[in-house]
Amino acid sequence: MLPGQKRSASHHPALHDASLPAVELENVSVRYDQTIALEQITLRLNRGDRVAVVGPNGAGKSTLFHVIAGVVRPTEGQVRIYGSGPGRHICVGYVPQRKVIDWNFPVTVTDVVMMGRVGKMGFLRWPARRDRAAVRAALDEVGMSAFADRQIGELSGGQQQRVFLARVLAQEAELLLMDEPLTGLDMPSQDAILTLLDRIQQQGVTVMVASHDLNQAGEQFPTLLLLNRRLVAFGSPAQVLTTPNLLAAYGGHMHVVHTGDGDVLLADTCCSGGAELSTPSLAHTAAPVVQSVPQETVEGMRPPR
Amino acid sequence: MDFLQAVVEPLSYPFMVRALLAAILVGILCPVVGAYMVLKGLSFFGDALAHAILPGIVITFLVGWPLAVGALASALIAVLLIGVISQRSALQEDTAIGIVFAGAFALGVALLSTVSSFAVDLTHILFGDVLGVSSADLWVMLALGVVVLGVVALFYKEFLVLTFDPMLALVLRLPATALRYLLLSMIALTVVTSLQTVGISLVLAMLVTPAATARMLTRRLPAMMAVAAVLGVVANVIGLYISYYWNVASGPMMVLVSTLLFGLVFLFAPGRGMIWRMVQTAAAPS
Repeated sequence: MLPGQKRSASHHPALHDASLPAVELENVSVRYDQTIALEQITLRLNRGDRVAVVGPNGAGKSTLFHVIAGVVRPTEGQVRIYGSGPGRHICVGYVPQRKVIDWNFPVTVTDVVMMGRVGKMGFLRWPARRDRAAVRAALDEVGMSAFADRQIGELSGGQQQRVFLARVLAQEAELLLMDEPLTGLDMPSQDAILTLLDRIQQQGVTVMVASHDLNQAGEQFPTLLLLNRRLVAFGSPAQVLTTPNLLAAYGGHMHVVHTGDGDVLLADTCCSGGAELSTPSLAHTAAPVVQSVPQETVEGMRPPR
Repeated sequence: MDFLQAVVEPLSYPFMVRALLAAILVGILCPVVGAYMVLKGLSFFGDALAHAILPGIVITFLVGWPLAVGALASALIAVLLIGVISQRSALQEDTAIGIVFAGAFALGVALLSTVSSFAVDLTHILFGDVLGVSSADLWVMLALGVVVLGVVALFYKEFLVLTFDPMLALVLRLPATALRYLLLSMIALTVVTSLQTVGISLVLAMLVTPAATARMLTRRLPAMMAVAAVLGVVANVIGLYISYYWNVASGPMMVLVSTLLFGLVFLFAPGRGMIWRMVQTAAAPS
């Protein structure tokens, strides 16, 4: 195994060639046993792009993120982050879905943000002065310095998201993946997160956010990626949010109703596996740390059978 | 007989001094490792691991090798089997744990039954024999304890990431699988270290109970580990003295004191205890 020091040095952000695409997927498919999670995705994002990934439950949004993060290996196809395979980067920042975190865990805000530095520190090292400085700067950036010593469960949902964004900043990530970061937050908290994303993007970080809120995605993101296992559409909101595209992505859950005032689009995602998604299986909550990468990390994101 | 005399008197027996040292050592070691188990929901897994090391212990005992070697080998084989069964079948992981745990334990007991002093040995392995700890045993325990605590200190931040957010461990390209086996090996070594003090049937209580008690009193992992270690030592020492004066088995007595401490904290912990909450609910205007 490579010593941590060497690994982090050989993948220092400075070595990234900014002229290469930040994210490049070529015919990427992911299959688990008999189910297809992603099929033939080809995609290219440039440095500093800001993309909302939208689609119905089970469309493979989380799987797409896992493939890009290098946590799940594609069954077919190629993934490249700044020109090389995702397994060789520690520049991918990731904000987990709220429900996968144990908010009673005995860690403070500072502890959580310091975790972002672990990849940079290397093995057998304790946080150095520059690690602590990076953590302080990241907390400043997200406006959470005053809460540095709080236990994470004592914060509001929006504050918790900001802490995880600070972790991404401390990690010096160049690609940020956020899975449903705004779900369940009140409007001011959502605005605060979106403003932060603006600032992070301006620092040249490529941002991908999974969302199920089509309207918000269309208003807040210059680029949308509409997914339903296949890539249905990719482009500006006006290009993506068209009736044919939405019908293609949402299929049976979508009904176009012709009324006197024009067409009304009815969405119904109520019963197509949403319940399955929100109940993590006991096997996984009892699982010993990281058993197997695919099963554990795709838990809760399997497409409905 | 005054209090001081009551404390000092048993120490005139060398076996009691050795027992006390063993109880303190295990009292520190178990809860520190147990903290990860409590946070990761590994209690059942830890209990299974403790029982699954029996065949390894018996084999190395019969061959005359250090027990830790057999225990580690057994533990790792058990963990691998559990992983293979739960991944390659439709069974839930807890079922796989149950199958491997019971099977390995049965193998251990069967092997042990071929030894003439079977009943005595089995009782000692199951429930410990802290009064029979020799000086050589103590040195081995100390060495194992130092190794385990050293590994926990060296890999503290990696274990924390792995426990809190396994996905982050993968994104940061930490060798998650290797770290996981390292952590499980430390649990196995801790079980071996505690073998003589509480035995494999009760070691779970030493791993989990003080750590769970400490979790209700603290807000950071290092504090949780420190408080858990203090609770572990207090429970073991008090338990040992009670067993001396009341002539009760010492391993179970230590566990009982630890359980009592848990109960007290569960009821009365400031801010989080059950009584505290009930009082607050009653006091709050409806």
